[in-house]
Parts: sequence; C-alpha cells; structure tokens
Amino acid sequence: MPEIILRTENLGKQFRSRWATQNINLEVHRGDVFGFLGPNGAGKSTTIRMIYSLIRPSTGFVEIFGYRVDKQRKLALQKVAGIVERPDFYLYLSAYRNMQIAGSLTLGKSPEKKKILETLEIVGLQSRADDKVKTFSHGMKQRLGIAQALLCDPELIVLDEPTNGLDPQGMKDVRELIKKLAREKKMTIFLSSHILSEVEQVATRMAIINNGSIISQGKVSDLLGFKNLKIEIEATPIQKVKSILKKNKNVKDIEIVKNKIHAKTANSEIPKLTEELIKNKCKIFSISKNNSLEEYFLSITQK
Amino acid sequence: MIFTLIKIELFKTFAKWRTYIGFIAIGVLFPVIMYFLKTEGGGIVDSSMRSIKNEFLISGNLFNAWVVTEFIMNSLWIHVPFLIVLVAGDMLSGEATAGTFRFSLIRPITRTEFLISKFIVNLFYASSLLIFMWALCVGLGLYLFGSGDLVSLADGMITIIPESEAAMRIALAFGLAIISMWVVASLAFLFSSFIENAIGPIIGTMAIMVFSLIISNLPVDAVEPYKPYLFTTYQSVWLEAFKYEIDWVKISDSIIALGINIFAFFLISYFIFIRKDIRS
Repeated sequence: MPEIILRTENLGKQFRSRWATQNINLEVHRGDVFGFLGPNGAGKSTTIRMIYSLIRPSTGFVEIFGYRVDKQRKLALQKVAGIVERPDFYLYLSAYRNMQIAGSLTLGKSPEKKKILETLEIVGLQSRADDKVKTFSHGMKQRLGIAQALLCDPELIVLDEPTNGLDPQGMKDVRELIKKLAREKKMTIFLSSHILSEVEQVATRMAIINNGSIISQGKVSDLLGFKNLKIEIEATPIQKVKSILKKNKNVKDIEIVKNKIHAKTANSEIPKLTEELIKNKCKIFSISKNNSLEEYFLSITQK
Repeated sequence: MIFTLIKIELFKTFAKWRTYIGFIAIGVLFPVIMYFLKTEGGGIVDSSMRSIKNEFLISGNLFNAWVVTEFIMNSLWIHVPFLIVLVAGDMLSGEATAGTFRFSLIRPITRTEFLISKFIVNLFYASSLLIFMWALCVGLGLYLFGSGDLVSLADGMITIIPESEAAMRIALAFGLAIISMWVVASLAFLFSSFIENAIGPIIGTMAIMVFSLIISNLPVDAVEPYKPYLFTTYQSVWLEAFKYEIDWVKISDSIIALGINIFAFFLISYFIFIRKDIRS
C-alpha cells in the first residue's frame, strides 16, 4: 500500500450561497506526479488554497504527511512548497532577497547563498539574482516561483498552473523539470492544470474536477487508456484507410471530414492502427488525438 | 521563528520607498520650519514674550531648541499621525494588494506569528519616526537656537522649566508621544487587516482620528460622557511633560488607557486576520 502524503476528506468551500467546491476527496501517494485537472473556474485554485489553509474549508479537512493542516499547520507544511495561482513576489526586492525570505520562512533561518544561487541556476535565473523582481517578465516570475518552491528540498511540491504564461520552450522545460524532480529527487508533485496534454505527459495519477466536484480520479493510464478518444487521421488513399479502419472492431464512428478521417478509439489502439496502415502501404501524414479537456469530460460523462 | 519573522518584516518594511516618505517629510519640512523660525519667528516670539522676560528671570535664549521642539511637537496632532498611517495602513493591505500573502502564508508559519511580527514592526516604525523627529528637532534646534529655559504654554498656562530639566522633559514628551502614536499605528493596522488596499486604511484612520480629536476637544456637556472612551482624549499625554509639576498619576492612567486601545485594536485585527480567507 503506497504511503499517502496528501489526503483531503469531504473538502468543501461555500462562498455565501455558492459552493465553490464540494466533497473533494483526494489521495496523493508518495512519488506521484499527481495531475489535478479541470477547466478554468472548476475549483482547482480554491482546493489548493484550502490545502495551504489560505482559505478555511466549510466542510472537511486536509491532511499532509499525516498532520491536519488546520490543527498542526507547521508540521503539515514543513516539507511542502509550491506556487498558488500566479507567482507573486515582493517586487521591490531582488530575486535573491525573495528567495532568501522564502527560505527563511520555511527553515527559520536564511538559506546558504550557494544554495540560493544553485536553485536559481536550475531555472536559469542566476544571472538575474540581483535584479528586482519588478523588472521580470511573467515567464521569469513563473520560473522564480518554481525556484522558491525547490529551494528547501521539499518532499511535496504543489504547483498551480506552473506553465501559465510561459513560451513553448519554457513550458517544455518546466515539464522536463517536473519529470526530473519526480524521477531523480523522488519528490511528490501535485500539479494543477487545465491543459490535458500537460497532465498526460507528466502525471502518473490524476483527478479531474468540474463544477467544484471530483468527477474522476485514478492512474492516468487507466483513465485515458480505456476511453473512446476522438482521433483525426490524415492519410492517403483515404477510402482505403477508411476501409482498413472499418475492419477494426475497436474503431467506431468513422467518417470523412474535409479529406481527413475522424473516428473514435482507445488510446492503446493507436499504435496498432498506425502499424496496420503502414503495412497496407497507406501514406500517413498525421494522426492526432482530439484530446481537449471538454472532449475528455464528455467521454467520462457518457460512460 | 518569531525573531526571524520580525527580521524579515523589518527588512521588507525598510526596503520600501513608502517607508521613507515620513522620514523625508520630517527631514525636509522640519528644518525648513526651523529655518523660518530662526529668520523670522524669533523676532515675533521675542517681542510677544518680552513681558515675560521682563517679569521672570530666564536663563539662556528665550527662543531656544526646547521651545522650538515643543512648538514643532504640535505636528503630533495630525501631521505625524498621517505619516505613520501611510506605512501602518499598508502593513497587511499591501500584502493583499500585491498577492504576497500567497508567498508567505504557504510556509510553515502560523498566522498568529505572522501578524505579531508585522504588528511589532508597525510599532517599531512609529517609534523610529518619532525618535528621528526628536533627534532632528533637538540636534538642529541646539545648533540653530542654542539652549535655555523651556517656556511652555501647554494647558494654557505659562510654565517655565529650568534649562537643566528641559532635555529630560523633551525626552519624556517624545517617549509619551511614541505611545500615543502607537495607538494611531494600531488603528491603521486594524483597518489594514480587512481592507485590501492601502488607501482605505489611511482614509479610515485619519477620519476617525480627526473626528475623535474634535469630539475630545469639544467643550460641550453632551459629549462629556463619551470622552473617556475616545483614545484621542489620552493622546495629549505628552503635554504632561511640559507642566511644572509632572502628574505621574495622570500619565500612568493615560498610558493604561492608550495601552488598552492598542491591545484592543490588535485583538480585533487578530480575530479578523485569523479567520480571513486569502483570495487575493
């Protein structure tokens, strides 16, 4: 049985008459890269704020490393770090000073200069250590946010939309970093995102939140692998491709739309299909999964 | 942990440009006032107080550092509180506006520790501003006007405090003024705990200050029963330092009343902040 690092039980928050989240039951295991997926406004940030006790839950509680956040806050948050929504800093201070404050608040004393600079180097900001944060772009602040999260070697990192505002290279770097932290430093990562592909690429387990409630939770491979995904195939000759697909019992709803084939199949079927088309000398230009979050939600709710 | 937090808060507060507005205002305006008093004020005061000089034996200059300092201390009614509120009103609301509660309060610290450290730094700032004002007034006053007996008109009576006691009396007055200004800082801190921008606490505190000050000084029977409950009634405690016989009982009563106000403002801030949802 894997060790549960973060657990929420019936977590809910009511703002006046509106429930922002209800009955949130999450379990994050040690070593997980846990994707917390949901569209904007689904309740991801409210949940994360409750995890950190920035917001008091109306119902339920949060337990981190076995300690209740509302009762033993210091013990619960001792080995936790992260970013909540956008990374905000003391803009009138330098990146180095912000890191120093972040470290002091966690450790009770200032971290070593060498450690701060090393951490800034990980996110490529060592050369800007002495610059005031107000001169930083959003992407740089995002990277600084990740740096301050890594500074005190936490065991659990909670990242709320960490790739927001980053350019494609920056997004890729952050995803690689997350994978590396989980793989090499054995950190547990709670990653909130509204980008399905992001979670798909890095997460081992995930939960999907919609309208304030968890609608699905489990291993990413389990959740994504057995669903009917919409796929789009650009290949020639198109009629031959269609007939090959029709022979496959696992492919449904095949239709030709603007010289492309739209169909539904399981994620695990895609390599087999590709192989079959190549074997039949079809020319494949692209096979793409129409994996927007909305589409995925539909597949879940139509279960 | 609390010492680390105080250190961090001190660093954050004194790294902000806003913090120095008060010091700059005092550092620029008060010397200018002193300069004008030196060039033009002395003659006016000397002529108006000539009769005193004729009736009493005054040692040193009549218009000296102590008299000028006491005169400048009248800025403690409105001007200095405004400078204090500029920083105190930003203590918590500034963090809310900047979104930096999310930076600090996700760490293994309690909100109580966070609030206490901020409150201590808030009081420290008010104290430092007053100490700066004292050092500037006395230092520059002695340089420009020299020493002498402290002729005070506090409480509507002419009191002549010998030169040998003047420095101590001014120090006592500033000491009491610091406690008096702590109430202002605490009130602004209270507003800062539930308003998410710095303008609200500044306006709110100044409005209450001015209103209470008017009520406290209104010679109307209808408001008399309310005066003991207004903190502004006790804020003039520093004037006690300029009376011929220091009324220590009145001073200690005022300190207790001001202390109760400071504690009450902190306590309300505490209960607001501890239950506050950080949504910024």
